[in-house]
Amino acid sequence: MIRVVLPTHLWRLANTSREVEIQVDEPVSLAAVLEALESKYPMLRGTIRDHVTKERRAFLRFFACGEDLTHESPQALLPEPVRIGEEPLRIVGAMAGG
Amino acid sequence: MSGVRVLVGTHKGAFILTSDAKRSQWEVSGPHFPGWDIYHIKGSPVNPDRLYASQSSDWFGQVIHRSDDGGKSWSPVSNKFIYEGNPGTHQWYDGTQHPWEFKRVWYLEPSPTDPDTLYAGVEDAALFRSSDGGESWQELAGLREVKGHLWQPGAGGMCLHTILIDPRNSGRMAVAISAAGAFRTDDGGETWRAITKGLRSDYELPDPDADVGHCVHNIAMHPSRPDVLFMQKHWDVMRSDNGGDTWQEVSGNLPSDFGFPIAVHAHEPETIYVVPIKSDSEHFPPEGKLRVYRSRTGGNEWEALTKGLPQENCYVNILRSAMAVDSLDPCGVYFGTTGGQVYASADAGDHWTTIVHELPAVLSVEVQTLP
Repeated sequence: MIRVVLPTHLWRLANTSREVEIQVDEPVSLAAVLEALESKYPMLRGTIRDHVTKERRAFLRFFACGEDLTHESPQALLPEPVRIGEEPLRIVGAMAGG
Repeated sequence: MSGVRVLVGTHKGAFILTSDAKRSQWEVSGPHFPGWDIYHIKGSPVNPDRLYASQSSDWFGQVIHRSDDGGKSWSPVSNKFIYEGNPGTHQWYDGTQHPWEFKRVWYLEPSPTDPDTLYAGVEDAALFRSSDGGESWQELAGLREVKGHLWQPGAGGMCLHTILIDPRNSGRMAVAISAAGAFRTDDGGETWRAITKGLRSDYELPDPDADVGHCVHNIAMHPSRPDVLFMQKHWDVMRSDNGGDTWQEVSGNLPSDFGFPIAVHAHEPETIYVVPIKSDSEHFPPEGKLRVYRSRTGGNEWEALTKGLPQENCYVNILRSAMAVDSLDPCGVYFGTTGGQVYASADAGDHWTTIVHELPAVLSVEVQTLP
């Protein structure tokens, strides 16, 4: 199972907990994780990435294993600790005031 | 016993204020959706427990929620607003053409006859309809064919912020768009035309009589007389007696005819309310005095309503969707400020009280009169 940590607004919207576990088929890329996440929690569609273009919303970041993966290719494999469920993928609201 | 439910959208969540018909004791519920910009909440006229709410966030985009128990619980519905076909471009601040991009829902208007049908006014300006309680949305794209390529955003964005449905004929609707103007359909949204004849924007437009480009801030209508429309424009308070075909100015003796909201008394179709703001560059009440102005003559002759409102050092703004009336007798009038106060009058504006003092900035106020 892949562990995903959601920002407060999104786990409340999905009526779940801060950290969720989802089943993701190989290869475990960012795009595959987001697809599985949106499939399990359809109310999150459009809140992390665009409905149509699948582009990340500007003020969201993807962190894992102490690294910023935001600008990696969505098709790239996630780090192994994330792929084997040891470490979570963290979806983070960027520091942007407000 | 009858009562009222005031639906308040703020910069950081929604609040629901309830009272019995005396409107003197209030219960405050909230924040609902804490941290989200709540642009609008509105109830179905057919089923008052059916509410719709628009949440917006710079981080997470748009969400729409629906309630079937008067706001006690909420369920997310579709946030998928996809423009019909290739939406093309509109005018940008620098005069270039800019792609149409969905940003948020400013306004929700439930159908007067069907609780599952509602309209959404969005930024970048367009009108969407749902006939399944918000589970899916379809654009009424004919609106953007009225010179959409010439529309351009105002300071608050290119938003469709007002939707008025003719209670005699649901196929007839008027909408207003910031810095684009006012538009009407008579065929259920298939075709539209600008309804701006008589508006003048001497300082804002190179052609002050242009059919599109006027910065309409808000339009109000009394359901018993849907041909009579009252408009608060950027500058000027206007009136139409023919569904917007032509307009005449009724600013009369107002201390400033700049402002945002306008409302009509529930039982007196010639009684209207505005809140004058000093100017387009100074968004606060003239002289630091918060005054609602009431006209009992459909405009031109205005009286200041001040009892219970701060008359010194008041520098808040009242946004376009932040004033509403109930339909009790006497009529209640409500408005919210960017300073987080919600004021109420249970006697048509003669006296005011503060329901809540320190909410986040108020974006919208709607009122439901409950059986």
